[in-house]
Amino acid sequence: MISWTEPGRANSESPLVIETRALERHYRLGAETVRALRGVDLAIRKNEYVAVMGPSGSGKSTLMNLIGCLDSPTAGEYWLNGQPVSGLTDDQLAQVRNREIGFVFQTFNLLPRATALGNVALPLIYAGVSRDEREERAAAALRAVDLGDRMEHRPNELSGGQRQRVAIARALVTHPSILLADEPTGNLDSGTSEEIMLLFDQLHDEGQTIVMVTHERDIAARAERVVTLRDGLIASDEPQVPTRLSHVPEGSSG
Amino acid sequence: MKLGEAVRTALEMIGAHKLRSFFTILGTVVGVTFLIAVITLIQGMDVYMEEEFAGRIFGVNSVMVRRTPSVQISGDPDFRRQLRQRPSLQFEDAEWLAERIETPGVIAISSTRGGRVDGPDGRSIDGVRITGASASYFRVRSMNVEQGRAFQQQEDDSSAPVAVIGRDVADRLFEDTNPLGKTIRIQGFSYQVIGVLERQGSLFGMSMDAQVIAPATSRLNGFVNNRNILDEVTYQVPDARYLPAAMVEIEGWMRIRNQLLPNEPNNFEIETAEASLAFWTRVSQIMFVALPGLVGISLVVGAIVIMNIMLVSVTERTREIGLRKSLGARRRDIVRQFLIEAGTLSGLGGLIGIGLGAGLAALVAALSPLPASLAPWAVALGLFLGVGVGLAAGAYPAYRAAGLDPIEALRHE
Repeated sequence: MISWTEPGRANSESPLVIETRALERHYRLGAETVRALRGVDLAIRKNEYVAVMGPSGSGKSTLMNLIGCLDSPTAGEYWLNGQPVSGLTDDQLAQVRNREIGFVFQTFNLLPRATALGNVALPLIYAGVSRDEREERAAAALRAVDLGDRMEHRPNELSGGQRQRVAIARALVTHPSILLADEPTGNLDSGTSEEIMLLFDQLHDEGQTIVMVTHERDIAARAERVVTLRDGLIASDEPQVPTRLSHVPEGSSG
Repeated sequence: MKLGEAVRTALEMIGAHKLRSFFTILGTVVGVTFLIAVITLIQGMDVYMEEEFAGRIFGVNSVMVRRTPSVQISGDPDFRRQLRQRPSLQFEDAEWLAERIETPGVIAISSTRGGRVDGPDGRSIDGVRITGASASYFRVRSMNVEQGRAFQQQEDDSSAPVAVIGRDVADRLFEDTNPLGKTIRIQGFSYQVIGVLERQGSLFGMSMDAQVIAPATSRLNGFVNNRNILDEVTYQVPDARYLPAAMVEIEGWMRIRNQLLPNEPNNFEIETAEASLAFWTRVSQIMFVALPGLVGISLVVGAIVIMNIMLVSVTERTREIGLRKSLGARRRDIVRQFLIEAGTLSGLGGLIGIGLGAGLAALVAALSPLPASLAPWAVALGLFLGVGVGLAAGAYPAYRAAGLDPIEALRHE
């Protein structure tokens, strides 16, 4: 049962979206082998809001790339929505990314020459969606992030916060299983960061599963679970009561 | 993404880098321009040779007997000396032939030389084609008299001082007045104008309207050629199927007339329009052989430039490629994008080349007597080569782009 005081909180019966077992990733640097991940077991259920933290070099970016299907593990298993993805080819991984993952990057990564609408519609091109449907769905996604009146603007005509909201709309337009955000507020001032974090809260309330890599405590505080990595291993994995700075619901301490 | 849409996206990309795109496709533009211009001019010449030259110089379905070839491309001095030693062609030879030829047809004789014609009130015109001919000449050359009449056989037999003049001569000497019945002086000899030819146009830039035609036996005899000597005898058959028979027969009679032994070569020329076109066929064949090499060189250079620019473009857009891959683009999607971009770019070069080439050919056609004729297959070839060069040159850069690691590419500064 989900009450408004515990918005979107996943429970133990929710299906697993991400499950990794003994995930390892090694890199060769000259003669040396760097073991970026040394056996990570992680399970994330539908509608969880997880922050991944850790100092640089802890392996959080590597884990992020593996979860995002941008990379394949050296050893171990990874199931995404119950489907094994550890052994897929590059092109199969591309299709999984297209269907299951919505990326939000620190630097937004919008195509400078395309309009907001064109940027949001981009993943749908690779999903083989017709032009009309692409525009329709992209417009809906932009309205959902409150940019219904900025559809024909190009990135250089938008503020930083608006650009990140376009990027979030692009991540959501395919209705992915996971919204995977990598330091989404790293390039934004604190006011704009708050605006973006509120949007994440709202998406989570609507049932979106979110995994966010960050090194900022107050950003991680918005999640309901914090996974901390150190030296390629999970150092801690704690549930927490999310802090919602600007509109803390009364009596939310339960 | 549909092809049309991908091409439009590529065009936007090209539009965003106008100057660079222009330099990128310069090689393709030059190659295709050259290709189209040369093909267009050769084709134009072909059409011209077959339709104009053959009919106007030789007459339709005609065999010509001459002392020397009408078109000479060999500069061999021995051959030229041989030509000079040939016997001249005389009025009597034509009469002798006319009595003997059994293949149906009409015989005409003619000699032509440039000269001066004087009209009334001190008006005169220089550089006129002055032809002494038999009455049948008009029919054999398909020349129509639009005003007055052509001269008749009896007038030719009686050396009557009558002349048919071309349109330009009529306009220059008589302006708006009626030239019929007026007297003109051809190289000083008085002639009465009895007809004006309908407009003939020009041939190799030479006006065919600045001409006068008078009976071969009239006083021009001796001016247009040595006295009683002919440039050519033309025998026109009623149908092309009589041509081979006429040629064989005329050649035989001429050998008898010139008393040649069986092992001696002809000391005269027998020509038909087709035979004289053989030289042109050879010239155009040579040009068609040389053309692919020249066009090929510019297209190869064009391809190298396109490949370089595409490689630069791949490097510049590494992040974009990484992003596209992270959003689900497969290798083939990236390959396709870059191939379409390169193909569109140089296809555009091909189109510009077709336009410039056709323009160049039209310019040459306007400034020279050479005609131009833009063949649809040449346009298709130009476009095909343009797009093909882009696809060939874009293949390696596209392959490089598709092989990028999305993580590295996204990190690229």
